[in-house]
Amino acid sequence: MKSAQHIMLKTENLNIGYASKKAETVVASNINMALQKGHLIGLVGANGIGKSTLLRTLTSVQSKLSGAVFLKDKNLETYSNADLARTMSLVLTEKIASKNLSVYELVALGRQPYTNWVGNLSDNDLEVINRAITQTNIETLKDKKCFELSDGQLQKALIARALAQNTDLIILDEPTTHLDMYHKAYILKLLQKLVKETNKTILFSSHEIDLAIQLCDTMVVMTKDSVITDAPCNLISKGVFETLFPKDLIAFDNLSGSFRVKK
Amino acid sequence: MNTNFKYAFISLTGILIFCFLANISLGSVSIPFKTVFESLLGITDNYIIQNYRLPKAFTAVLVGSGLGISGLLMQTLFRNPLAGPYVLGISSGASLGVALIILGAGIFGGVFATLLVSKWSVIIAASLGSFLVLSAVLIVSSKVRDTMAILIIGLMFGSITAAVVSVLSYFSSAEQLQQYIFWGFGSLGNLSWYELGIFFCVYCVGMILTIFSIKALNSLLLGENYAKSLGLNIKQSRLIIIIATSLLAGTITAFAGPIAFIGLAIPHMARQVFTTSNHKVLLPAVFLFGAIIMLICDSIAQLPTSDYTLPINAITSLIGAPVVIWLLVRKRKMLF
Repeated sequence: MKSAQHIMLKTENLNIGYASKKAETVVASNINMALQKGHLIGLVGANGIGKSTLLRTLTSVQSKLSGAVFLKDKNLETYSNADLARTMSLVLTEKIASKNLSVYELVALGRQPYTNWVGNLSDNDLEVINRAITQTNIETLKDKKCFELSDGQLQKALIARALAQNTDLIILDEPTTHLDMYHKAYILKLLQKLVKETNKTILFSSHEIDLAIQLCDTMVVMTKDSVITDAPCNLISKGVFETLFPKDLIAFDNLSGSFRVKK
Repeated sequence: MNTNFKYAFISLTGILIFCFLANISLGSVSIPFKTVFESLLGITDNYIIQNYRLPKAFTAVLVGSGLGISGLLMQTLFRNPLAGPYVLGISSGASLGVALIILGAGIFGGVFATLLVSKWSVIIAASLGSFLVLSAVLIVSSKVRDTMAILIIGLMFGSITAAVVSVLSYFSSAEQLQQYIFWGFGSLGNLSWYELGIFFCVYCVGMILTIFSIKALNSLLLGENYAKSLGLNIKQSRLIIIIATSLLAGTITAFAGPIAFIGLAIPHMARQVFTTSNHKVLLPAVFLFGAIIMLICDSIAQLPTSDYTLPINAITSLIGAPVVIWLLVRKRKMLF
């Protein structure tokens, strides 16, 4: 059905969690998924189900318990730091350490995997940086310092930084937290636009299930028992979203594709 | 680089040259600028300039710039605007070494004592002390992933050495205590050309390591996870940065004593003036600011035309603290 060249990220019998000397804490087990190139992919699931652990494992911030992750058909473990930096870029939930950076400096740091030992920017680097700034509509913020930005503006700047890294895959951990409803939609819509314009693969985790259903090409739904990957409409017809949460308070409405509070 | 930066660098270099000359000219005996020029150009020989003032001025430049840069390295590495070169226990290690030599001499006594208390033994003890404490911090930190934990470990080692020093002080004579306290005042004027040469060599190694860390330092501005996602080898970069700091701050403490405040204050001055966190700009800026401020502090400490010299350590704090307060009140923010 899907040929290997079209797969950006694949997991085989992946078990994720935390290992210490004494015991292993398994967060989720037996994850098999294949994410297609050029798709916008939303990862959803209840709090504490292991979305962050999964993303941390896929980005090799944390090591897996067992199984394998393949990035562009190559085992993730065989990537060097430098190769990985040219294939996958990140937007994390953690705050950037120095808010004294200007937006332009922040975006320019995305070029680090390509610059020389002292980090000088070539003409090509400047071009990529300017393109990333245009694509995320932050031209007017270029010279502002990060501490002057609103949460939404900072998120756009961080996405621009990831774009400047010029990788085929961008992974974002909860890019819509702390944003108002308009900016949640704005950021996800921006991601959708970027996928269409640049043919990059973008994977993000989010609690905005209804927005994700409307915008994503593929969704990864994490529940206690399984991790299911499919197109949103298929997931709705299979009734997967009903299994996401306990049923006492909210119910999924198939017609509107969103959750409703039970009366 | 933008043109404003260029002008700022040119004027700072001008100020540095002026401060350097003024520093040589001022002292218990004032030497006119004309004589300073002639002596520096080798037209006339001036004993005071060649053997006292010039090595002292060079020492001030190395000490000020070295401490400023090691402060910058620590602030970026530990993502903490309050970090200075001494947070890793460098100063406390040096103090421990010196305390063992000066104060310990009384306890161990005899021939041992008279052999040990010379200038070189103090320098070697200070270097060994800071090196040992830093190695201990490094060994422990190789087992810890979190950079903040290393900061705390450094502080803990500092407390341990401080405790040993106070036990030693308790058993020491007044004379020995005075000698130890005098070392703690700091001094730029005690170095011969030969000692300055050794100091300069170690300083250069530290600076070269720093220059090769510029890119890593800039990635670290985003935090360690982002830096890693940009392809940085965190453990290796962290080790290089810590070694550079200990070489710079360790030798400075060994040769000039523990000098307060410069390491903390100078990077903030440079950031406020250049309004950037880019280390390619900050590094030369911190070098210039550090050298200038140290030369000014030394000139003040000499109490021109009087026979007295104030402790340099007191002057750096008296000038450094108000400068930091003024910068913070003006900008209302402490960033790094």
